[in-house]
Amino acid sequence: MVETPEGAGGLVSIPALLLRNATTFADKPAYREKEFGIWQAWTWAETEKEIEALALGLLNLGVNAGDFVAIIGHNRPYLYWSMVAAQSVGAVPVPLYQDSGAEEMEYVLSHCGARFVIVSDQEQVDKVIEIQEHLHQFEHLIYLDPRGMRKYDHSHLHQYSHVQDQGRAAYDELFPELERRRSKITYDDICVMLYTSGTTGKPKGVVLSNRNIIETARHSSEFDHLGPGEEVLAYLPMAWVGDFIFSIGQAYWTGFCVNCPESPDTMMIDLREIGPTYYFAPPRIFETQLTNVMIRMEDAGRFKRWLFHYFMQHARKVGPDILDGKPVGALDRFKYRLGDLLVYGPLKNTLGFSRVRIGYTAGEAIGPEIFDFYRSLGINLKQLYGQTEASVFITQQPDGEVRSDTVGVPSPGVEVRIGENGEVYYRGPGVFVEYYKNADSTADTKDPEGWVATGDAGFFEPDTGHLRIIDRAKDVAKMADGSLFAPKYVENKLKFYPNILEAVVFGAGRDRCCAFINIDLAAVGNWAERNNISYSSYQELAGHQKVLDMIQAHVEETNASVAEDEMLSGCQIHRFLVLHKELDADDGELTRTRKVRRKIIGEKFDDLVTALYDGAPSVYTETEVTYEDGRKGKIKATLEIRDARTVPVTTQKVAAE
Amino acid sequence: MKDMEEGYITEDGRKIGGVVMEMKNITLRFGGVVAIKDISFDIREGEIRAIIGPNGAGKSSMLNVISGFYVPQEGEVWFRGEKRPPMKPFQVARQGIARTFQNIALFEGMTVLDNVMTGRLTHMTTGLFTQAIWKGRAEAEEVENREKAERIIDFLEIQSIRKTPVARLPYGLKKRVELARALVAEPKLLLLDEPMAGMNVEEKEDMSRFILDVNDEFGTTIALIEHDMGVVMDLSDRVVVMDYGKKIGDGTPDEVRSNQDVIDAYLGVSHD
Repeated sequence: MVETPEGAGGLVSIPALLLRNATTFADKPAYREKEFGIWQAWTWAETEKEIEALALGLLNLGVNAGDFVAIIGHNRPYLYWSMVAAQSVGAVPVPLYQDSGAEEMEYVLSHCGARFVIVSDQEQVDKVIEIQEHLHQFEHLIYLDPRGMRKYDHSHLHQYSHVQDQGRAAYDELFPELERRRSKITYDDICVMLYTSGTTGKPKGVVLSNRNIIETARHSSEFDHLGPGEEVLAYLPMAWVGDFIFSIGQAYWTGFCVNCPESPDTMMIDLREIGPTYYFAPPRIFETQLTNVMIRMEDAGRFKRWLFHYFMQHARKVGPDILDGKPVGALDRFKYRLGDLLVYGPLKNTLGFSRVRIGYTAGEAIGPEIFDFYRSLGINLKQLYGQTEASVFITQQPDGEVRSDTVGVPSPGVEVRIGENGEVYYRGPGVFVEYYKNADSTADTKDPEGWVATGDAGFFEPDTGHLRIIDRAKDVAKMADGSLFAPKYVENKLKFYPNILEAVVFGAGRDRCCAFINIDLAAVGNWAERNNISYSSYQELAGHQKVLDMIQAHVEETNASVAEDEMLSGCQIHRFLVLHKELDADDGELTRTRKVRRKIIGEKFDDLVTALYDGAPSVYTETEVTYEDGRKGKIKATLEIRDARTVPVTTQKVAAE
Repeated sequence: MKDMEEGYITEDGRKIGGVVMEMKNITLRFGGVVAIKDISFDIREGEIRAIIGPNGAGKSSMLNVISGFYVPQEGEVWFRGEKRPPMKPFQVARQGIARTFQNIALFEGMTVLDNVMTGRLTHMTTGLFTQAIWKGRAEAEEVENREKAERIIDFLEIQSIRKTPVARLPYGLKKRVELARALVAEPKLLLLDEPMAGMNVEEKEDMSRFILDVNDEFGTTIALIEHDMGVVMDLSDRVVVMDYGKKIGDGTPDEVRSNQDVIDAYLGVSHD
């Protein structure tokens, strides 16, 4: 085994880091949780004692080294302690999504053969009890919140605090065993097992070693200069790899404080009270917050509204440059200061972003307007690209090199290469050990040299060296002339317009791209109201000339932006139509997570696709729809097909430098 | 089994104690209208007791007699082994009886927390002067009461609206705030007047769960009026059925369900 500096220092596991923090940062808060309206805090020294008591309690219940301990519940300090306590006795924590149904839980629990399950409350206890007869290895269930649990049969059911009490009582007897177990943990032992949600097929258990987690935590903490003074809010699912890296990996490596919300509903209030310095959120959350701000500004008095728009315009102009440390004139700087005093500062405070030093978003493409809004306020929001199999980090954006359309440069220690088909591969210290009990999938994903296929297609920008992700690799195809076709890349650009809800781009194997557009009824309806356009149905609104004009303008703007991209300039949309019905999961057109099923839509609306390509000015169609009560009906419509202006492209310049 | 002096054990293992409240031959008149006619029943410690009946049967009047709002012309109310003299509602509240209302009666302009805190009023002992100075005993009292209020807020899962004015809340949540205000008074007997009226299925399920949890966790005796038969039959240990001011049935949900008079009252049989 290769001994790294950390290995030599003995910091080869999370429990080892805990012991270090309990002495180095003894009196510094490690966890906070709001309960009964007050923030309760635990220092690192107290945390160590709590975890020790639970670990002893687990020994007392008979947890063996190598056992899997499942943990289910929302973010609470006690459940984070459960993970570290499990690691301390040589077991492997397996956090599960608390909103997963009993069947999914049954699959995961029996797949890993968990003997012990630690859950938050009655709701989760009920789920486990429902499936327990199918779980052959399951033995003990530990719950946190005793509410409603009194009447349950307690022969295999234990209250968390009682387990700790028993552990404390048996201290003299069991402590030597705990010491022995802790000292036996090596750098290559399993740190945690995380199940990927699995859009296709059954979830896979991703095994991450101590080396994966600690090396990743070290590199990423150094990359962003994270220190023990950071405050984070832990509100994303504990079963998600990002939460494990932020709230355990980086927190234990640097010794910063993890704050847990009072309840999942109070997250926004708690965010404001804590004012984190390091923050992560998926694009959806930033989008919701921005929408709320905009709606409330519309309701504000005229002067306030004017003030807001005046200074936001200025912020958009110079804010990002000031954040990136680029030269900005003295007058502009002064005006930005003033804006900060009057608008940006109070706004950031309301949003809970006053102290954010580093913010990350990932998971999906974020709209450039949304991204720029937060950056112009002076919030250092960045993007990263990651996967469970990589212990999160593949690429991330360094300070001062942030853009909304790239995902940054390879993270420290990570190598990235682009395969022949455009697929992104990576290799690094965070690369997972294996998929648990699934050698075939492991071999499919990771080659013997350690390169992992992401399943995403992308390329490095020649000038900046930043990675850009264009689409899922399996969706990327070639057009008739051989140029690259990346539908999602174009669809995302279209969907950034609030008026466009969904877009479906066709073009694989064809000479040009065409698109279906779905209008957003809320946004377009609102627009229609303001412009005195009357309509009686979705279909009528979707077919309105002015709506078509508006969508055409959006499509043409998108074309201009797509054309700037040499590799993807062939994906400009030549013709489009606005669909007469909203794409719906009930009709099989979307997945339940609202992703478009391009192939099914193409088959179902075959007549419309044909019309897009044969140059017809309009097309008559009948579509079968399923109503919410299961009845079926038909919608008849004549749809106008519009030509969109495209930007001429000089075909694939031969790279002559 | 149900007539045992010292109570009984329910099917799901809860212990029901002796009688806490007994209504003896209650008759209530409004002028010439007889709202309640010679009704007797009892409520046992720790049980969930439902009063059901068609519209105008006198259910709410009955609840108002229990809460002391109406004084019956005839009959006796016995609470915890003592005959209760005619009382003002605040005196009844001090005895440990709290209630919620059919039409929500909250302070709309105040926050949820302040509304819940008003439920502690009967437990406050410091006077106006001490509270104005606030330091010392009044402060300690407020801290203690705030903690009680926070525990109930946590119990009913309304933390996210703690500082929200009640007027801004949807109906279902207002009902929950009202329950919180009643609970924070730590009542021995909790009266719920149509707790699920106007709620959708999901809100009804939530409310049912809270009622069961309150009964289980705090051992609170609960008397409730409810229209939704499904809810009543699932929740309650024993049911009193009223029709036109008279008691026409009393017993477990199963007994009541098979009672011919009750079936007639609900299916509608002509009253000659």
